[in-house]
Amino acid sequence: MTVTPTSYELSHLGYLEAEAIHVFREVAAEFERPCLLFSGGKDSIVMLCLATKAFAPARLPFPVMHVDTGHNFPEVIEFRDRCVADVGARLVVASVQQSIDEGRVAEEIGPRASRNQLQTTTLLDAITEHGFDSLFGGARRDEEKARAKERVFSFRDEFGQWDPKNQRPEIWSLYNGRIRRGEHIRVFPISNWTELDIWQYIQREDLEIPAVYYAHDRPVFERDGMLLAESAHISLLPGEEVTSRRVRYRTVGDMSCTGAVESAATTIDQVIEEVSVTRLTERGATRADDRISEAAMEDRKKEGYF
Amino acid sequence: MELLRFATAGSVDDGKSTLIGRLLYDAKAIFQDQLESVERTSLQMGNEYTNLALLTDGLRAEREQGITIDVAYRYFATPRRKFIIADTPGHIQYTRNMVTGASTADLALVLVDVRKGVVEQSRRHAFLASLLRIPHLVVCVNKMDLVDFDQDAYEKVKAEFRDFAMKLDISDLTFIPVSALHGDNIVERSPNTPWYEGTSLLHHLEEVHIASDRNLIDARFPVQYVIRPQTDEHHDYRGYAGTVVGGVFKPGDEVMVLPSGFTTTIESVGSGSSKGVVPVDEAFEPMSVTICLSDNLDVSRGDMICRPNNQPSSGQDIDAMVCWMSEVSSLTSSMKLAIKHTTRSARAMVTDLKYRLDIDTLHRDEAATSLGLNEIGRVLLRCTQPLFFDEYRRNRSTGSFVLIDEATNATVAAGMILGGGS
Repeated sequence: MTVTPTSYELSHLGYLEAEAIHVFREVAAEFERPCLLFSGGKDSIVMLCLATKAFAPARLPFPVMHVDTGHNFPEVIEFRDRCVADVGARLVVASVQQSIDEGRVAEEIGPRASRNQLQTTTLLDAITEHGFDSLFGGARRDEEKARAKERVFSFRDEFGQWDPKNQRPEIWSLYNGRIRRGEHIRVFPISNWTELDIWQYIQREDLEIPAVYYAHDRPVFERDGMLLAESAHISLLPGEEVTSRRVRYRTVGDMSCTGAVESAATTIDQVIEEVSVTRLTERGATRADDRISEAAMEDRKKEGYF
Repeated sequence: MELLRFATAGSVDDGKSTLIGRLLYDAKAIFQDQLESVERTSLQMGNEYTNLALLTDGLRAEREQGITIDVAYRYFATPRRKFIIADTPGHIQYTRNMVTGASTADLALVLVDVRKGVVEQSRRHAFLASLLRIPHLVVCVNKMDLVDFDQDAYEKVKAEFRDFAMKLDISDLTFIPVSALHGDNIVERSPNTPWYEGTSLLHHLEEVHIASDRNLIDARFPVQYVIRPQTDEHHDYRGYAGTVVGGVFKPGDEVMVLPSGFTTTIESVGSGSSKGVVPVDEAFEPMSVTICLSDNLDVSRGDMICRPNNQPSSGQDIDAMVCWMSEVSSLTSSMKLAIKHTTRSARAMVTDLKYRLDIDTLHRDEAATSLGLNEIGRVLLRCTQPLFFDEYRRNRSTGSFVLIDEATNATVAAGMILGGGS
């Protein structure tokens, strides 16, 4: 922690870190079967770091789960496995492909097909299968306007639904984690962090992140004003043309719906400089899944999405 | 960089959204795609101007009905400080939301329309800010442009507000004449108010001294979680994890553990790192740390580490102000509820409802037999276990609790401790 002992002041990152660690410990103390959602993206890397700190020198008192759409960046999957092994955590992989194979969900078809929506079923099935009563997620309130209204402890009913109009008041740092069997709580320890805080923390803690976050040359094509990566998971529409550009990713989700931004930032310092002056929000710039409507995120969350 | 959390309260008409929009815009915290989306939606809804309220009204129902349902959190930074705004709506669920937003705030921002003066709602805002003991209150006297920046109009509102505030316990009260619409005294001092000698709002938010608001005297450490690695490497390690909520803890300090009353010394204070635990010289509020004690005592979650010569009160009877937050039930005498106080959970019975407070007149209705949604009253509670508490005015963490309905699991009340009951 960044501490100036004489003045007893905590930096903003120190404050945010302390708040998040408090939340991690509160859940570990009050729930029987927590689980940490982990995708290998920058927010979940910070989450894993905070969780590790919260329980040091002991290991994580809960497993780590990745909902794998099968359309992830291969370098991110490789990174995920390494990270989880490093902290000695148990990894649970919930596979969207398996949900499709078992007939739980139907694959979307066409050039705009995405497995994004399908994740919800896979996630809820995994929660039931493993009996998880609480799931840590790396969602932040600055990301999206529905998330700006979500509690740190966010109640989900037996269908996994979020009811934004009927949320429990959250006062001081007294979190209400009481649930009945079959219900669960989604827990968001980094609710109050911004994109810039995440990057500054990665810098401060010297955390390794997947290479796709730094500028690299990649074959991409333009769709809906975004640069999407060419891959086996997406087919081109008439008129779309693949070119090689120097890009990096601000968020890392499915290859089929995560856009890259043109960038020359190859170091953490350069990324921070870029993020400090950008005029577009992280999701606005890069996420096709949020562009469907004004309430796309709210609607997905109500159904049980992350 | 330091972090300041502030809460804003007000209704649509007093220009609160415009003020927040102005702060965010000038601090470059509104992004181009957000602004475009708001412009698009404003146009669709037939608004004549870009409705900045849409930036914070994130839920479908809010946009459809043009109301704010819930507390929205917004973030911005200047080179001096980082800010978290808890933006609380003025009309629906007003008290409940303001209590929620105010509970973690260092500062409250209240807007008063200079033409209307101090209205009922301004009084409520001031009262709740003082009840929740937000250390700093800033009153923005808004719409100064509509009275030609007249100093007398400003002074009149200021005197009126001050009159009411005298009855409350407000430690730091600041007034700023502003026009949120035109930006006067928001970021820069306005040439339109040469008679005003204070600073702009943003400058005040950047400079207001908050470090001394913390309690560095009464050492309080509610044990949150016991870390026992049970590995060969850390075979005998037993660390008490938690958040410091008062005072300073350092190695060598003599401490007492409640409820057992045993005394021992602090062997080490540490914070987690990727490589294990790193030592911390001194831990203070609101750091999350792990404390190891010199003696092997029986300490578990819900216990309190403090100093032998400075202990919190301890007891099963609590005298408190509560704000009731349930739409479906009301608080009545002999009701049983779950109570959550620091890291301790217990059950509590309402042994007496002493009075209901009218937050407009501050009148105490001693004949009241219940508290409904958004009502505030003074109650006596009897708990199944002793709690280790301080007065809320002395410590916002050890002096606060929530009540939970055991049948529905809903959080139904926020409580602020006045002292021990009998």
